[in-house]
Amino acid sequence: MTGLFQNLAGLTWQMIVMWAIGGAMIWLAICKGMEPTLLLPMGFGCILCNLPDSGATEVLETLFRAGIANELFPLLLFIGIGAMIDFGPLLADPKLLLFGAAAQFGIFFTLSMASLLGFELRDAASIAIIGAADGPTSIFVANALGSRYTAAIIVAAYSYMALVPIVQPACIRLVTTKRERMIRMTYTPGQISRTTRILFPIVVTIIAGLVAPQSVALVGFLMFGNLLRECGVLRALSECAQNVLANLISLLLGLTVAVRMQAESFLVPETLMILALGLVAFVFDTFGGVFFAKLINLFAKKKINPMVGAAGISAFPMSSRVIAQMAKDEDPYNFILMQAAGANVAGQVASVVAGGLILSMIAPLV
Amino acid sequence: MQFDIPAFVRSLRFLAEGWLSVFLVMAVIIAAVRLLNRLTRGRDEKA
Repeated sequence: MTGLFQNLAGLTWQMIVMWAIGGAMIWLAICKGMEPTLLLPMGFGCILCNLPDSGATEVLETLFRAGIANELFPLLLFIGIGAMIDFGPLLADPKLLLFGAAAQFGIFFTLSMASLLGFELRDAASIAIIGAADGPTSIFVANALGSRYTAAIIVAAYSYMALVPIVQPACIRLVTTKRERMIRMTYTPGQISRTTRILFPIVVTIIAGLVAPQSVALVGFLMFGNLLRECGVLRALSECAQNVLANLISLLLGLTVAVRMQAESFLVPETLMILALGLVAFVFDTFGGVFFAKLINLFAKKKINPMVGAAGISAFPMSSRVIAQMAKDEDPYNFILMQAAGANVAGQVASVVAGGLILSMIAPLV
Repeated sequence: MQFDIPAFVRSLRFLAEGWLSVFLVMAVIIAAVRLLNRLTRGRDEKA
């Protein structure tokens, strides 16, 4: 009978704290609907890996080596994400891509802040990529750079993505006037041929491959998914990528990442700093997009609602929905969803390019 | 906690170089999309 309970001796207070963290993630997923596809498996996995002599750790470690250590899961997930994205609004107004670039400011700003706080370059760059507002990119970059803080980075990335409806409106209100938020924009859908839609993913892959070769895996898998969607002859594969593949990988990804959430490596002061720096990344991404739109408004005849700039943060499609709703709250007849969606998908492309550029710049130095 | 000023100064180069590079890549993509739109304008269906 005593044998049944001898494992209790291995229980530490840190494990119990991790159960609470896992429980909080499950609660956020179920009761608050925050990124449930990732937070629920991660929360459960967190509890699973923080039991004394947990027999699950070895299995999850095997999955980690098979799917995350070699960057396979995030890339496969990108096929699904690419298949979900409609680049139509962006192709109709390609200058929106500039907002995608502007709203990556938080990534590079956070790299500087993390360096200032004494993080090693590989860790600083991995933390900075939380600002990509894109889980797979964060996982890919943190893993490729061999960061010690992969789990904390992933938790921060997905938590802040879920918190976009809270973080972005507060930041936008801080740096815009009501008058600016009420700027109306007319949407004139341009003629986009099917040929353009098909060639776009191929051309972007070639450009990314030539300019930022380290980004080509991320961009290429994203664009392959989009090509499945746009080619028009692979509907079943496109639907499979959007639903079955994306769901299956999300499920495995969340559970597998939890193996890096063991108390001894997760409950360190650096985790709190990473969570804080993740917030800095999201805030300065938003500022970057808004101020870039304001800069353009200094010269442009047709004014741009600065909130559209904020949608250049990736976090697709939540950010564009939040921005469109904010515009409607200020003026019920102001419809900027299409422009915000265009900037939002631009942010998706820009964030993976930024991830590739970070790798190109930092990987040779670490 | 100690502030690492030399690392911070070094990282400013990444900030400038990285952010500018993202703009450049986006500019190239914009040019490519404009070219694609021009070459295929009105060829098949609307967006």
